[in-house]
Amino acid sequence: MASSLLDKVWDAHTVRTLPSGQTQLLIGLHLIHEVTSPQAFQAMRELKLPVRMPGRTFATLDHIIPTTAQQRPFKDEVAEEMTVHLVRNSEQSGVSLFGLDSGKQGIVHVIGPELGLTQPGMTIACGDSHTATHGAVGAIAFGIGTSQVRDVLATQCLAMAKPKLRQVRVDGALSRGVYAKDVILAIIRALGVNGGVGYAYEYAGAVVDRMTMEERLTICNMSIEGGARFGYVNPDRITFDYLRGRQYAPQGAAFDRATTWWKGMASDQDTRYDDVKRLDGSAIPPMVTWGINPGQSVGVGERIPSPESAPEQERATYREGLAHMGFEAGQPIAGAKIDVVFIGSCTNSRLSDLRVAAAVAKGNRVAKSVRAIVVPGSQQVAKAAEAEGLHEIFREAGFEWRNAGCSMCLGMNDDKLRGREMSASTSNRNFIGRQGSPTGRTLLMSPAMAAAAALNGAVTDVREMIQPAGSEVKS
Amino acid sequence: MSESARRQLAGRGIPVPGNDIDTDRIIPARFLKTVTNEGLGLHAFEDARKHDPEHPFNQKAYEGASVLVAGLNFGCGSSREHAPESLKQWGIKAIVGGSFAEIFFGNCTMLGIPCMSIDNEDVLWLQRAVGRDPRQSVTVDVEKQEVRFGDRVIKGRMPDGARNQLVSGAWNATGVLLEAGDAIEATAKRLPYVSGF
Ligand code: SF4
Repeated sequence: MASSLLDKVWDAHTVRTLPSGQTQLLIGLHLIHEVTSPQAFQAMRELKLPVRMPGRTFATLDHIIPTTAQQRPFKDEVAEEMTVHLVRNSEQSGVSLFGLDSGKQGIVHVIGPELGLTQPGMTIACGDSHTATHGAVGAIAFGIGTSQVRDVLATQCLAMAKPKLRQVRVDGALSRGVYAKDVILAIIRALGVNGGVGYAYEYAGAVVDRMTMEERLTICNMSIEGGARFGYVNPDRITFDYLRGRQYAPQGAAFDRATTWWKGMASDQDTRYDDVKRLDGSAIPPMVTWGINPGQSVGVGERIPSPESAPEQERATYREGLAHMGFEAGQPIAGAKIDVVFIGSCTNSRLSDLRVAAAVAKGNRVAKSVRAIVVPGSQQVAKAAEAEGLHEIFREAGFEWRNAGCSMCLGMNDDKLRGREMSASTSNRNFIGRQGSPTGRTLLMSPAMAAAAALNGAVTDVREMIQPAGSEVKS
Repeated sequence: MSESARRQLAGRGIPVPGNDIDTDRIIPARFLKTVTNEGLGLHAFEDARKHDPEHPFNQKAYEGASVLVAGLNFGCGSSREHAPESLKQWGIKAIVGGSFAEIFFGNCTMLGIPCMSIDNEDVLWLQRAVGRDPRQSVTVDVEKQEVRFGDRVIKGRMPDGARNQLVSGAWNATGVLLEAGDAIEATAKRLPYVSGF
């Protein structure tokens, strides 16, 4: 019988069926960071349990670290304390930590794939809801809470119910100025913010097939924003080419043997899905959110919808969104005034994202009224970007160039919105208060659109700023 | 019966109207700057409460409530277990809702907080009913998958796995997972990426 990647990975990692009916699932790779792990290590100490397989857990610092001055001890005492805890917990339990002096530190969902830790056919868990990012290489990766972090540390396993499987097909071809971020925003708009509850999403179709690994990472990253805890792309040539030569990927002949196994883990041709949804990639425009959840988005040329146009049960959230954002139904989203631009986060902080944003910014100036920051996803991304001179392009255009971290995606460090500021952000959540100010406002968009918003101080259709040939910018 | 078994929980209700209430709303990220869970209960819905004096968590009538009645997709967004932990510390013992985000649901189960789904029309009815009579107890019957209020019995739904865990008291999974013993290492060894390609 034909089986899917989900079936194959699930079977290979099943330790046993639990009395509850759930699966005891082995976790092949466990990633931890400073925010959701301290209480788990504390619980381990209380239970007097050792970390079961320390070699299969890797740690990094991303959520609370400052992106400006990074000398220890940090000025922020709590950030320092959380760092001390992570360093000590990692050392005492034999877990590898990619700290600030490693040259490899960065957002957990950026460094996993970048280091080749993330591989096809694995089960991957992390105390962070965007863990599905790693599904882009063909892994079953999902976010967990702190009690489950404890379970993985103690047993390398989780009690899990197997999700149903939905294939989300994006066919056709993307038009100029449209990126992976637009595709996933369009998917969430079409399927709803809770449309994926109970499902794993297998992203497929011509558009996904042609995507680079970094683009696939952006798509899988926001699975949870559509309610799906898991999201993946079947591994293919693009996956293998991406992984070859990475530090933790198999090397030499072992890589070829791994490729054979990885290929075998992909969904079979005639896999039967619990559901299939289709989108026409050619019809997707640059997307912008107007509301307070990632499903409340429109194409940049559209007007903000009225609550009456929404299904009955979404109307209250529409009204709440309009009220919080200070928008009127029927108002075009283009032209909405922007105070802050944030280019970064596990969704859009990789080299290709920075290249696209830099191409838009090059030779232009950030509007006077805007403060704009670029936060690379990892130290390695920063280094590669600097080698290409992207940091200079950004600085000359008036963007700040920061050190790697989560930064203004969730505002746990100094990078926050102030008051009611409106941000154009390449991150993944526009929830009320998400970017550090309870009254702050967030518009999610692609790096190209965010760069365009920075230059104009307002939401702008980036397609008007780039030449037909591709990423060159009109002067 | 184990003392941790969660067959049936009863207590006064507190309605939290609205859909898609995310975990950033339940507990804003700045309160995650801690290495313990201490005091999280004080910050449940902090910004929403400041913004809206009429927020249910501000109302005297709901003090001492332990059954939260929520709308659709409750707990979406961040996986932070600080969210259910803050509700638990505030006094919430069970949640009834139109539907739940998956990670939040799992986190609640791990803390022994049953999340029972009911039809959205029933949610709206129950929120109004609790609002009219906040002293009346709401019963969440995990075993029978129903919610009772006064003489009304509402059909509920909960996935079997979580329900079995709660009813048997095995919701704190560590012990159960440890019982697998060497089978864990044996499974790991069969994986080529663990044993070497
Ligand atoms: S960048 Fe944002 S979404 Fe991604 S891991 Fe960090 S805080 Fe979470």
